Amino acid sequence: MNCTKCKTKAVIGLPRHNAAFCKNCFNGFVHDQVARAIKSEKMFGKEDRILVAVSGGKDSLALWDILLTLGYRADALYVDLGIGTYSEQSLAKVTKFAEAVATSHGATLHLHTIEQEAGAGIKELAQLIHRPTCSTCGTIKRYQFNRVAIKQQYDVMATGHNLDDEAARLLGNVLHWQEEYLDKQGPSLPASVDGFAKKVKPLFRLSERELAAYAVLNRIDYIVEECPMAKGSKVLLYKEVLNRLETESPGTKQMFYWGFLEKQSKKQPTATTMTEKDRAILHPCTSCSQPTTAEVCSYCKMMARAKTVAPR
Amino acid sequence: MEDYDPPMQVQLSHPARTVEVKGPKKVKELLRELNLVVEAHLVIKGDDLVTEDEMLYDGDQIEVRPVISGG
Repeated sequence: MNCTKCKTKAVIGLPRHNAAFCKNCFNGFVHDQVARAIKSEKMFGKEDRILVAVSGGKDSLALWDILLTLGYRADALYVDLGIGTYSEQSLAKVTKFAEAVATSHGATLHLHTIEQEAGAGIKELAQLIHRPTCSTCGTIKRYQFNRVAIKQQYDVMATGHNLDDEAARLLGNVLHWQEEYLDKQGPSLPASVDGFAKKVKPLFRLSERELAAYAVLNRIDYIVEECPMAKGSKVLLYKEVLNRLETESPGTKQMFYWGFLEKQSKKQPTATTMTEKDRAILHPCTSCSQPTTAEVCSYCKMMARAKTVAPR
Repeated sequence: MEDYDPPMQVQLSHPARTVEVKGPKKVKELLRELNLVVEAHLVIKGDDLVTEDEMLYDGDQIEVRPVISGG
């Protein structure tokens, strides 16, 4: 198989684009897809300060690498969830990338450790408050990334969600007819109220396989192991189903998610209506001041509960 | 006595293990034999990423790397 562009030996075939690329042309393709996503969704400009949420996985490290390569001002935040050796290995990958690549671009890595703040890792915390680990993890990460972005005055927060992540989430929402979640499934969410950072997903045009290939080809050392807490999750099942469809019918995932985005853009919500909706229902948490629909936000409630039931 | 290469060594994840597969065989045939979907995996020969039509031979060191993550 030869590269569609330069005709040398290809290293990856992309059936959904009816193309194959060598390493250099593939890197060009990936950078171009991210640049198109940033421009079409008006995510950020060259002067903006970006905070990338990194986990040690391929997507977030590839995102940090791509943004720095494209000349953006991108720092990163790693939240240590305290999941035994998995978190230790993840942190080691992030630190290694920061030292080897990011520092030479003048970028900074911020660290936040859950165990220091809550006195326990994510698994123990979830058990204490009788909530599923993945939902506890989601609440903590969303809260901490937003808190650091606001406190350190970043213009925008970027996550490594890819086409597979978004297509799987959309499938889950549609299967359960959770229409109320569809408004927030776009790749760019505005800073609708004071205390909320703008959130963007610059990788929404790239598949999980393409991002893994980018990491391998550019020698980005990432954690290949799956998070032990995610075993048996519904998202993994949806991804598996979508990948079977994609293999039989290339382009299925992008038709599903991009088609949804196109339909949404023609109907609603526009950034204005989403901002108006948020302003009508959100106000500062009485404990920490982050925006919430309740009197006390879910993060503060969770931490208060953990402190009440924690063994002394 | 005839010289022969050992079968290719194929490293798999989730759980981590190594299996032996007889070559020669194309990448897509290897994935089919292991009942793995192309869209969810990368195949790495030595240090190099290879496409689905690449021929693999006895003696090759192969990694089949899953690309799916997330909870």
